Amino acid sequence: MRVMVIVKATKDSEAGIMPSTELLEAMGKYNEELVNAGIMMAGEGLHPSVKGKRIAFDGPGRTVIDGPFAETRELIAGFWLWEVKDMAEAVEWAKRCPNPMPGPSELEIRQVFEIADFGDAVTPEIAEQEERLREKTANR
Amino acid sequence: MAATETHQAIETVFRIEQARLIGGLARMVRDVTLAEELAQDALVTALSEWPKTGVPKNPGAWLMAAAKRRAIDGFRRKKMLARKHAEIGRDLEDERDTSVEDVEAALDDDLGDELLGLIFTACHPILSPEARAALTLRLIGGLTTDEIARAFLSNEATVAQRIVRAKKTLGNAGLTYAVPRGPERRERLASVLEVIYLIFNEGYSATAGEDLIRPALCAEAQRLGRILAGLLPEEPEVLGLLALMEIQASRLHARVAPDGSPILLTEQNRARWDQLLIRRGLAALERAEALGGANGPYALQAALAACHARARKAEDTDWKRMAGLYDTLCEVMPSPVVELNRAIAHSMAFGPEAGLTLLDEIEQGAILRNYAPLPAAKGDFLFRAGRLTEARIEFERAAELTRNERERAFFLARAAACSG
Repeated sequence: MRVMVIVKATKDSEAGIMPSTELLEAMGKYNEELVNAGIMMAGEGLHPSVKGKRIAFDGPGRTVIDGPFAETRELIAGFWLWEVKDMAEAVEWAKRCPNPMPGPSELEIRQVFEIADFGDAVTPEIAEQEERLREKTANR
Repeated sequence: MAATETHQAIETVFRIEQARLIGGLARMVRDVTLAEELAQDALVTALSEWPKTGVPKNPGAWLMAAAKRRAIDGFRRKKMLARKHAEIGRDLEDERDTSVEDVEAALDDDLGDELLGLIFTACHPILSPEARAALTLRLIGGLTTDEIARAFLSNEATVAQRIVRAKKTLGNAGLTYAVPRGPERRERLASVLEVIYLIFNEGYSATAGEDLIRPALCAEAQRLGRILAGLLPEEPEVLGLLALMEIQASRLHARVAPDGSPILLTEQNRARWDQLLIRRGLAALERAEALGGANGPYALQAALAACHARARKAEDTDWKRMAGLYDTLCEVMPSPVVELNRAIAHSMAFGPEAGLTLLDEIEQGAILRNYAPLPAAKGDFLFRAGRLTEARIEFERAAELTRNERERAFFLARAAACSG
């Protein structure tokens, strides 16, 4: 099963304070352990929300909102994708993570929908649309 | 934390640490059965202590220390026993028993590659591939004997016996449980890769409606491949195998229709291919090629799988590249089935006549005489060349040879289309 492990933002991460050398080292070691355990699929850190945008939807309306966004606790600062046997395994690995922030912080684990979960909601038409889209992206 | 919650946390910690634990212990006591017992003892100790003390900060090291203490106690008891026997019998006063010192020395050893050592041992070529697969799933994957039996459509007693016998064989061979170095490494690594791919293929061949543990073998094999690629990042064939498995697994959900019938690769809904696995597969293949491993058998097969993965639509498949890759694969890993696939690739790249020429050579070899895909391919080439009467005979022959009902219906339909 695939999970996304979300690093919640903090005041520090939102202020653009970069991790210390010690934390980078500890995180590097941790990531290596994840790779060697065969569970690490992907992972990225994110810039603070000041560089982000939000698109608000209301019926046909679209409003673009510039960052930064206020509710820090609801923001994310990074994520991993892991392939684990079950949620208990994900929890155990998450507990081994060095604290990603200088102060108190939080990781959140969410199970990823896999395309099979959608079953035949993905019709050949949707497939084709996706193909056209990918072709365009590839040609750019 | 509630008691059951702690209990579950301990079980999970143990599952994560088990393989490394057994690997380190096996190297120390030179006996995988004893190593497993010691690991289990450590788990029992943890289950009684951790609910009181909480889970330690470094649970893996804690478990290892607990198991090692048990090992040393065991050696001491044996030594005392030996001494008692000695008192009765002849005098062994001058003979030094160094086993306790050995164990204590092993404590200070760098055990960073204990997991790798265990993988190499479980996949030792003195064992049959089936025994290697069962032992690998048991020791490294942490599967129960019952799960392994269900996964391989076998019964528990057979698998249990297979594992016991395999451990005995390893014990009698006097192995060091170390990672092989030098020229031995290549041969031993091939044996490891063979087992991982065997596990993957067993999972891949599972059909709809079967016990879910069977398709889970693919995930097991991928995890083993990822672990191995992490431990041996400079071995191109490890990366080649990983790439091959990731790319093949990316199609797992797209290859079966809702009614359970298989869908041909060219007919699959490519939106259902797992793009994350494809990206990971392509990246692993790139690394394998950068390490000079482009012509390894696994890397070549991965490169072939990648040709499909890169094509957004079936029509975009780079058949010329595939024909070239099959030419090389035929030299590196010659087999009639590879030659048949080579003929198919050539027919797609250069026209049906090119395929027919290559098929003639295979037919002279006669090894695939009763292999349904051969007349099926020939029928397809003849059909595309407009030689319908000959094509019909080949499709009918393919229908006769296959044991799969769905395939038979498919070939008969193609035969019928030749008369229309």
